[in-house]
Amino acid sequence: MTTELVSGLPQMDGPNASQKLFDAETHTINFGPQHPAAHGVLRLILEMKGEVVERADPHIGLLHRGTEKLIEYKTYLQAMPYMDRLDYVSPMCMEHSFVLATERLLGIENDVPLRAKWIRTMFAELTRILNHLLNVTTYALDVGAITPSLWGFEQREHLLEFYEAVGGSHYHVNYFRAGGVAKDLPAGLEDKIGAWCQRFPKFLDELEGLLTQNRIFKQRTVDIGVMTAEQAMSWGFSGPCLRASGCAWDLRKSQPYEMYDQLDFEIPVGVQGDCYDRYLVRMQEMRQSLRMVEQCLGHIRPGPVKIADHKISPPSRGEMKRSMESLIHHFKLYTEGYHVPEGATYTVTEAPKGEFGVYMVADGTNRPYRCKIRAPGFAHLQAMEALSKGHMLADAVSIIGSLDIVFGEIDR
Amino acid sequence: MADASTLQALGATIAEAAGAVVEEVFVERGAELVLRARREQLVPLMLMLRDDPRFAFEQVMDICGMDWPERAERFEVVYNLLSLALNQRVRVLVSTDEATPVPSLIAVWPAATWYEREAWDMYGIVFEGQTDLRRLLTDYGFEGHPLRKDFPLTGHVEVRYDESRKQVVYEPVALTQDFRSFDFLSPWEGMTTLPGDEKVHQIRTERGQIEGPKS
Repeated sequence: MTTELVSGLPQMDGPNASQKLFDAETHTINFGPQHPAAHGVLRLILEMKGEVVERADPHIGLLHRGTEKLIEYKTYLQAMPYMDRLDYVSPMCMEHSFVLATERLLGIENDVPLRAKWIRTMFAELTRILNHLLNVTTYALDVGAITPSLWGFEQREHLLEFYEAVGGSHYHVNYFRAGGVAKDLPAGLEDKIGAWCQRFPKFLDELEGLLTQNRIFKQRTVDIGVMTAEQAMSWGFSGPCLRASGCAWDLRKSQPYEMYDQLDFEIPVGVQGDCYDRYLVRMQEMRQSLRMVEQCLGHIRPGPVKIADHKISPPSRGEMKRSMESLIHHFKLYTEGYHVPEGATYTVTEAPKGEFGVYMVADGTNRPYRCKIRAPGFAHLQAMEALSKGHMLADAVSIIGSLDIVFGEIDR
Repeated sequence: MADASTLQALGATIAEAAGAVVEEVFVERGAELVLRARREQLVPLMLMLRDDPRFAFEQVMDICGMDWPERAERFEVVYNLLSLALNQRVRVLVSTDEATPVPSLIAVWPAATWYEREAWDMYGIVFEGQTDLRRLLTDYGFEGHPLRKDFPLTGHVEVRYDESRKQVVYEPVALTQDFRSFDFLSPWEGMTTLPGDEKVHQIRTERGQIEGPKS
């Protein structure tokens, strides 16, 4: 189009009278809250100049359930299931921070049995694959590729079956506990996970074959939503989004928790900090996670999966039938719960989306006094305006997809 | 992670460099460095923590409110900072009340905006210099600050779809059963002398057989 963009009324006389002038004031569009590319209930107010984003104002809170308030009214044990419902795409990683925070406040972090630690590490990594599978494939769906999501969901189903085997449910497993895990692995599960580890690389190769060199996918993602390392740091980025900008920062390496200091893995780092790099980092992380799952399988030895202190973990069913003290322990644990000594902790884990922190303040009773949940997606979504300004509307969709937004954790 | 003595040393260095702004430095459970600061000088303190190469806290990971109704200044704002370069964390605590604003960190970290909006939304803490202090997580037109300890868990209003008016209506909360918060706390928890048992306790203490409460 050769016309000139002016604001105000069109002027039809003068030397340019033959040229049609039109008004291109900015206009506002309402993206969501019911838009499939909004990855949940995001209401994004976009101020557009033509097809270029001038201002982006995310309105969040449409999925706010008051988790932090509810946790203040629950015992530590009762508060656990709320964590699954935060980032419902990677439930066990959400439990992980809460469990570690409780253990630190209880002062039992060194007493947790090794088997439980290895199981938790393994499931944290399976969860990372679970999360990245959903993100990468739905992100591809946002920019026009349908096949990856169909394939990816099939793979996710295998992982969710492992979830079901240990926790009895596909998503809200409530499996981790302060002092260990709820139940031991069922017989044969390790072999099933091992067999799956053999099959999965082939799927990853196929997925990469569909996307990595795909012309359309690259046109939609390369050089879109670029974040420099400095910008990413000042916006509070973490996880794959920070690493895509070139910061080799991973809490599993820098501040190891659980058994990560004994695992051999690498941290994929991006160069450009654009949407494409965020995709590449996630793809590589899946391969690293797979390596870690295999190593964990090699390390898991028979043994207890819960701390022996029955003030914190319940006695076995059999003991309860015979021992009065065990019965009392069981009763007290499921009514009163355990008392956590006064103190505060900001405990973080490297969740699939980034730094997932729990700032927990205990007042010595059986309930948390305050449990602030630091969700990685919260900081990422906040940078939406900085990322999308000057881009086209369709690029805003790519950017949301690349940030890995899940509203369960952002709105809490 | 750094051990307690390293954190102590870091805390002492920060306290020395910052001067009177830092009121108290302590290491929580030997693992987490905490500074209690005066709110008036918060922005210079944070700029120093960010820019001084000895501290290099490039990132603010979390800002949140806390409510301690029994204190004179009931609110506390908690800043959790992270240094990627030096791999260290620090927590800065600032106290305030309903009326006194806390300086906004918008000029130090752009990421502070949403965290401050959330603290305003949840606790009613006012941030001075924050131009965008809208509610963040609660509903449009919401009244009150839900995470305050005196705000009821059930809230004040509930919504439903009214078929006759063809719209969503807000009504005061009507519970068919009163909200009950059960107190399961054992009265004897941590109590080694039971009422009426003082004499036995005294004898045992004298024999040196008394056990402390299990933590």
